[in-house]
Formats: sequence, C-alpha cells, structure tokens
Amino acid sequence: MRKLAVWKFASCDGCQLTLLNCEDDLLPLTDQVEIAYFPQATRAVAAGPYDLSLVDGSITTPADAERIRQVRAVSRRLVSIGACATAGGIQALRNFSDIGDFSSAVYARPEYIDTLATSTPVAAHVPVDFELNGCPIDKDQLLTVITAFLRDSKPDIPSHSVCVECKQRGTVCVMVADGIPCMGPVTHAGCGAICPSYGRGCYSCFGPQDTLNTRSLAGRFAFLGMPEPAVARTFRTFYAAAPPFATESSMHSGGGR
Amino acid sequence: MAMLARVEGEASMRVRVDGDEVTDVELRVFEPPRFFEGLLRGRAWTEPPDITSRICGICPAAYQITACQAIEDACGVVIPPELAALRRLLYCGEWIESHALHIYLLHAPDFLGYQGAIEMARDHRPLVERGLRLKKAGNEILSVLGGRSVHPVNVRVGGFHRLPTRSQLTALRETLTAALDDALATVTTVAAFDIPDTEHDCEYLALRPAQGYPIEAGRVVSSGGLDFGVFDFEDAVTELQVPYSTALHARLKGGQRYLVGPLARYSLNCAALSPLAAQAAAAAGLGPVCRNPFASIIVRAVEVTYACEEALRIIGEWQGAAAAAVPVPARAGTGYGATEAPRGLLYHRYQLDSGGTVTEARIVPPTSQNQLSIEHDLRTFVQARIGLPEPELTRQCEQVIRNYDPCISCSAHFLDLTLERR
Ligand code: SF4
Ligand code: SF4
Repeated sequence: MRKLAVWKFASCDGCQLTLLNCEDDLLPLTDQVEIAYFPQATRAVAAGPYDLSLVDGSITTPADAERIRQVRAVSRRLVSIGACATAGGIQALRNFSDIGDFSSAVYARPEYIDTLATSTPVAAHVPVDFELNGCPIDKDQLLTVITAFLRDSKPDIPSHSVCVECKQRGTVCVMVADGIPCMGPVTHAGCGAICPSYGRGCYSCFGPQDTLNTRSLAGRFAFLGMPEPAVARTFRTFYAAAPPFATESSMHSGGGR
Repeated sequence: MAMLARVEGEASMRVRVDGDEVTDVELRVFEPPRFFEGLLRGRAWTEPPDITSRICGICPAAYQITACQAIEDACGVVIPPELAALRRLLYCGEWIESHALHIYLLHAPDFLGYQGAIEMARDHRPLVERGLRLKKAGNEILSVLGGRSVHPVNVRVGGFHRLPTRSQLTALRETLTAALDDALATVTTVAAFDIPDTEHDCEYLALRPAQGYPIEAGRVVSSGGLDFGVFDFEDAVTELQVPYSTALHARLKGGQRYLVGPLARYSLNCAALSPLAAQAAAAAGLGPVCRNPFASIIVRAVEVTYACEEALRIIGEWQGAAAAAVPVPARAGTGYGATEAPRGLLYHRYQLDSGGTVTEARIVPPTSQNQLSIEHDLRTFVQARIGLPEPELTRQCEQVIRNYDPCISCSAHFLDLTLERR
C-alpha cells in the first residue's frame, strides 16, 4: 500500500483536521492507503520514504526551516495544504510589522522565544508538487488531491473565482444587490461560495486566484465607501503575504510596511 | 537551548530523578508562537471573531463566541436571548464534535491498547464508526448555523449574518435525536474501560451560569470558594512565562495551580445537568465530584449527552428572531468575555479606541491554565512508576497528558521523554 504522511508546522491544525472530518470517507481511505505518519491520529510511525506528504502550517522558526527540508527529503510527492502552508497564513501579518512588537505583546521575556521575523510558505523553502488553498481547505478538494496523487495524476482543481461558484449555486451577487464589499472576484474558488450564501461578502480565506484584478476591486470598495485603512486590512488578512494581496494592501494608507 | 535542534514533535518532557525521587518535571511545548495578541492590534472591532478563530481549528466557535462577547461588552451591547440561544446551539455542536474526536480518535485507543484510532478500527470498526457519526452530528450543527465546521463564517459581532431556516433546524433535530442514542452508548462504553484508580488534589475552576450547565456564559467559580465576574479574571489569575515552553503558565494569585475543563465543569456544576445526562453520569458511577483525571473520558461522554439534549431543547423552543444581528456601534472601552471551550475556560479581553480599533488584546486559552496541573500530575505519576522501562513510561505519560486533551494532544503522540538520573 502507498504511504501517506501528514506534517504540522505553525498552524491551527484545522487543515489536517479536515482529513479526520472526512467522517464517511476516512475508514474507506485507510483501506486504500497506509497512514504512515499522522501524529494527530496515531502514535504509530512507519518509516519513510512516504509516497505523499501533506504539509499544514507555515515556517516560522529556524528549527522548522530545517525540518521542512527533512520532510521533503523523505517525501516522493509533497502537497502543501491551507493558507498557512501556501502563503504564510494569518501569522504572516508579522511580515508587515516589527516582530519584537508582536512578541512583547504576548511574552514578558521575548528573548526566550526562538522565532523568525517572517512566516513563509513551504514553497519558499523546498519545491512542492501542489498547493491546495483554503483557511481551512475544503474536504472534497482534499480527497480529490489525495486520490489523484495516489494514482500519479494531477488533481483537477478549478482555478476560477468565487464569483463563478456564486453563479453555479444561484446566489445573487451581494456586491451588486446589496452593496456589500466582497473579495469574491479576486478569490480562488473551492469553498463553494459559502459567505455570499449567508449574506456576507467573501473575505478571501481561499486566497488570490490566478487571473485577478485587485486594483479595480479596490476601486470598487472605495466607491462603496470603504475607508482606505479598511481596504488595506481587507487585502491583508488570511492571505496577507500572497504577492498580489501584499502588493495591493501596501498601496493603501494604513497598509504601509 | 539544545532542545530547539529537535527534528520532530512539539512537546517534550524532562524528568529529573535524584536517587529514587522525582525532583522536577518540565513539560516543554514547542508549538511555534503565532502572536495573535500582537497581530490583533490595529484591527477593527468587527474582526477578532474571524481572526481568533484561527487559533484553533478544533474549537473555532469557542474563540469566535468569546471574542464576540468581549467586544459587545466593550461596546455596551447585550444580544437578545434568541440570538444567545443560537450561539449556545452552535457551541453545543462544537462540544459534540471536539469531545467525540477526543474520546474516540485520541483517548479510547489508550484504554484499549492501540496506537491510534485507525489501528483500533481494524478490530473495533463499529465503535470507531459510532465515534465518527457522533463527530459528524456535531459538525452538522456547525455547518448549518455556521456555514462550515472548521472556521464557521456566519458568526459576527452582534449575532449572525443569516438565521437558520425552520427546515434546516428540523433536519438537525433528526440528526441529534440519533446522536443522543450514540452519546448514551458512548457513556456506557467508556464507563466499562479499565480506569486507573487515582485522584488529584488541585483547585477546579469553571464558569457557573444562573441556569443550566456552563457553556457560553456564567460567573467564574472555583472549588476553593472563588466566585467572581469575568471582568475580574486577570485579578484572580496570573500568567507566567517559563523559559522552556512557548505556552504561558497560569496560576491563581495566591500561587496555587488550578485546573479547567470537563472535570472542573462537572464537579462544580453537575447539579445543572439535563435529566438524561445526569442519569447517565450516575449509571457510569460518577459521584458529585470527579477527581480522577483518567475518568475525564467518562465526563466528556456525559457532556456530549448533555450537549445533544441541550441542542434538542434549544431547537424545540426556537421561535425565530426579529433580526440575525443587532448593531454594535464602536466606542472606546474595554470588554471581557469568557466561555467554556471543550478543553476549559477561555478568556478574552479587548481594549478599543473610539473608532473601534483594537489597541490591546489578551487571550487566555485552557491549555496554558492547565499546564502546571499536568506537570504536577506527571510528577506524581512518574514517581509511582519510576522502575518502568522508558518506552512504557513514555506511553503511559502520553496517556496522562491526553487526559487533559491539551491543544498539543496531537504532538503529545510524540512525547520525547528524557530521564535525567542522578
Ligand atoms: S490555513 Fe487556516 S485552517 Fe488551515 S491550518 Fe492555517 S489557520 Fe488553520
Ligand atoms: S466565500 Fe470567501 S471567505 Fe467565505 S468561505 Fe469562501 S473563500 Fe472563504
């Protein structure tokens, strides 16, 4: 049987939990693939190399920068899962600030804390075979990715925007109908357009999609009355360090380095 | 620090032994810090629910609801009872999901002698399937009310973005009726486990509401007689940093260690359990106070039963609401919130300026509060088993740690035990 490993770096565990949340598919999956390393689920460890490694979390410490290299070395295929692993996650807000300020807001003795000044995606450290977006990732997409890699094929994950998903499920556009600012036009599909179906604008927890125009969306937000610092913050949240969003946010006041 | 050169695992335990006596136990947590209290500064008052949700993927609703409460408190807003009831319903879903995960996937394998749930499923498939079904029922509440189970999108300061429909709630009722049977069966199953006979003596701390079992509200009470409002939390508790861990260590102002979580909640509030949950607790042999950390698995099962019954009660009494949310205009001030996350009391404090910008944030999660008690338990435990071979001692220590379902439970599967003998 092929071997699957799941590794955790700086994260909330939500993306790897998504695997355990595949309640109906979990046990059938374990009939097809050996869960060789997954500390959230088992203390058993089968020796590497592993056919497929899923990595959740971003790189934030010197030790983790070393550990991700070792993970890559024992993995035939490596897929980073979630905003943390693919873009640095919410903790990448430190990249736009002074890490000393952040650390002293939490710890009386920041000098005891061994941390890097930035939170970076896995791909900034080692080559990755595929990146799956989401904060958290979607469980059906996760299953698609696992099944595809176990068959040695590329997973079929659409790269259009959340807007397309709203059309598919027949949700009326919240920005057009209600003037609610929505990140859908620049956000990678995958969630099924959940927020607009709850009457809320998308806040881009799936990150930037491939062909996007952040400039025109930011203009739209301004037209809808959103103040500059709010525009900056909207682009600087769960995918703050993803290049298209980082660039856009730094163009608005309150969004300086 | 030499330990930082480790290659695996986020927790390690160092035990110092002098002759036959355990002189020191350190539980070192290496969860890389993500600095939430730092990154919340400068954000708008509407943002902490979604941002703090990302602290924990297993109990996101706990963070969202606690953040909402603290911000509403700062802005002087109290949400209407029908919206508070929906929050409690959402929270019930999280208790069911999180407790089922812990009971079946993390803790039961320890009692039945398996490395993990997947190995256990080879011999006990129906048992694991029951656990997954229960977990799914909890997640269904989160999905209906929240839009999805991990990091729900429907919670906002002031209430919700959209109210659930009648037919959604009716469908949930069917799921929960079946889940209640699974929950009762869970209590019976875990009560039959071989529970080591041991007791600990730390102070218990939990919320106590005017009515019902504590979930999303209440004053803070303790077995030592403390009784105060949430706004006094930081006067009663201090958090200390220790050089060997990224988790802060909390103790009471008098210096005592204390414990939050199911054992504390149950022991301070079991009179408020629903009829079926109370019956199940009695049948499982739980008295009015439970001081055996290994029996926490039974208490969790009782709490799952309660959460199913409570969710059914809320759905049964639901009459609709005038609006999905009430307005929460920003104002300068400080607000406090505390709720009972599955792992225990969770505290948030926010300071806002007049434009609603967060100027300071404080978050005290359950795990940091339990750290000292876990260390203390481990010391007593290791002292009594000092002759065991190290692999067996490691396995048993992991189980002791899992009794507390710490947020590091996953990494505790890789407890790296060092015995220093002198
Ligand atoms: S991407 Fe989001 S859900 Fe996934 S681990 Fe990171 S914080 Fe959690
Ligand atoms: S609509 Fe946007 S913010 Fe909402 S779940 Fe989907 S990607 Fe995330």
